[in-house]
Amino acid sequence: MTSSVSAHTSGPSARHSAATLEFRKATKRYAGQSEPAVKELSLTVPAGEICVLVGPSGCGKTTAMRMVNRMIDITDGDILLDGQSVRERRPAELRRYIGYAIQQVGLFPHLSVADNIATVPRLLDWDRERIRARVDELLELVSLDAAETRDRYPAQLSGGQRQRVGVARALAVDPPLMLMDEPFGAIDPINRERLQNEFLRLQREIRKTVVFVTHDIDEAIKMGDRIAIMQKGGKLAQYAPPAELLMQPANPFVEDFVGSDRALKRLALQRVRDVDLWKAPLVRVGESAAEARGKVAGSEVPYPLLVDDDGRPLGWLSERALAGDRVTDERLSRPDPVLELEDVLRDALSDLLAEEAQYGPVVDERGAVTGVLSIEILSHALKADLEAVPSRADAL
Amino acid sequence: MSPLLAQVEIRERTEGTCVSDNGFCPDWIVDNFDRYVDPFLQHVLLTVVAMAIGFVISFSLALLAYRRRWLINPITQVTGVLYTIPSIAAFFLLLPVTGRGFLTAIIALVAYVLLIIFRNVLTGLDNVPDETKDAGRGMGLTDRQLLWRVEVPLALPEIMAGLRIAATTTVGLATLAFFAGAGGLGEQIFADINFKSNVVAAGGLAVALAAVLDGAILLAQRAITPWTRAASAR
Repeated sequence: MTSSVSAHTSGPSARHSAATLEFRKATKRYAGQSEPAVKELSLTVPAGEICVLVGPSGCGKTTAMRMVNRMIDITDGDILLDGQSVRERRPAELRRYIGYAIQQVGLFPHLSVADNIATVPRLLDWDRERIRARVDELLELVSLDAAETRDRYPAQLSGGQRQRVGVARALAVDPPLMLMDEPFGAIDPINRERLQNEFLRLQREIRKTVVFVTHDIDEAIKMGDRIAIMQKGGKLAQYAPPAELLMQPANPFVEDFVGSDRALKRLALQRVRDVDLWKAPLVRVGESAAEARGKVAGSEVPYPLLVDDDGRPLGWLSERALAGDRVTDERLSRPDPVLELEDVLRDALSDLLAEEAQYGPVVDERGAVTGVLSIEILSHALKADLEAVPSRADAL
Repeated sequence: MSPLLAQVEIRERTEGTCVSDNGFCPDWIVDNFDRYVDPFLQHVLLTVVAMAIGFVISFSLALLAYRRRWLINPITQVTGVLYTIPSIAAFFLLLPVTGRGFLTAIIALVAYVLLIIFRNVLTGLDNVPDETKDAGRGMGLTDRQLLWRVEVPLALPEIMAGLRIAATTTVGLATLAFFAGAGGLGEQIFADINFKSNVVAAGGLAVALAAVLDGAILLAQRAITPWTRAASAR
């Protein structure tokens, strides 16, 4: 183990570069087909951003991605990586500097996890020691226990672990660009969400330029700094940050693809910490009931919230609890759902609905209550969005 | 009967003994074991050389056909014809061309294993998952690197399975190699086919050779494909 080597700043490979990617009227036409698979695709992905290519099947999103590393050759137009055309470079050599992760992962079954990850470093003739250190560093980076995982074969891993190894392998030589084709598509929903969150956390550290292909608009909204919606015939329908896409769909196709619930989807763009929470009337057992009644009166929340000594929520109290001199432990209900500042509003809303609750206490990292999120706040957040957007969105 | 099958006197004919009764006589086998050593070694040589040459040819053909799919049919047909010619016929057909001897036997034996190994190598390569190849290419492996580092290793279980079939088949067919004048255990068997001890000794050696080769290839396969057992170890 070389865990003394920091994964983030000074690892065996510490270039941490990211490339600017530019599609310039990139077109793919297959012989014998009237419609091109990708038609004059022009877009620029700024360095360090995630660009999600999304669209129905047959829209050319995967073809577009595969043209970048020349797994599919460009018919017309060009694709530039930091200003240099990918067509000027030998395919195999070009690909070694572009991370590649696919839905089926495609780990080599006959090689251990470590040897899988070492594939590209070996092609580039890294020395043994550097490869070993890098493998461990990468396994830690994707939240796998290096000592335990390193010598296993892919068949001995769970689906989620395989996916993580796939990402680690794609990152092996710290490529300035990553191509990811539905990387979490074959994972069950719960683990998919976890992997998505992990990747976003990872991306905050590594700041790669990423081209991410998916057919799932929700995943696109969650993962993308920018989203390119493609439609049949390989045409780009809209290229915009998620918020803009949701609020100002460029045409009926986008509007339809994003879905009629796009107002709700916008809740995925905001986190609980982004909205103004209500002040919670926090009370403790044994404190003065009069004081507690005062707190309730001064709050938008009509019920006192019982907390323990560390401020963690215990439950909502009934009026009877405040009837005497001192606050008693007469609970109306449990405090669920307990929300976190990092939750996206969409998840918070669905938690509230699932518990049939109007109010949810919001806790900080230590678990202490910092405020209350209510259905009313969420509906304000939705309205605020609408008011902030001129033109089309008024019609929503 | 061809003069090749002329009986050779391999024992004295004292009346009323196990030997004279053509019986199974362990003592006789132990005492006469020397006479089987050379034929056995010839047999091993025939088998190993035929396998080695057969493997090199059919493995190369399979690699060619793997990249150039149109070759699959013609190669399968030609090797298929070679496979269906009875080997005794092959020995006799070759006699006018290559004469009697080792070479003739080897040619016939090689011809026989080509189809078996070719088909297994090709199947093994074809069974490599597409996503594995796609990932390999996507990471920047050249076609050649992909072949030798990914596709051939992953085809090993099939390839080795083909070698096992080929090995046992070849050991069996090599017992007929003496028709081509190449010796081997078959020559001993037919030297006195009525004498049980002789047939058991020579035949038993052939069976043992087949079993040992089969086991050796199986062990080799296990040693070079550790990942195939890792899956079930979970």
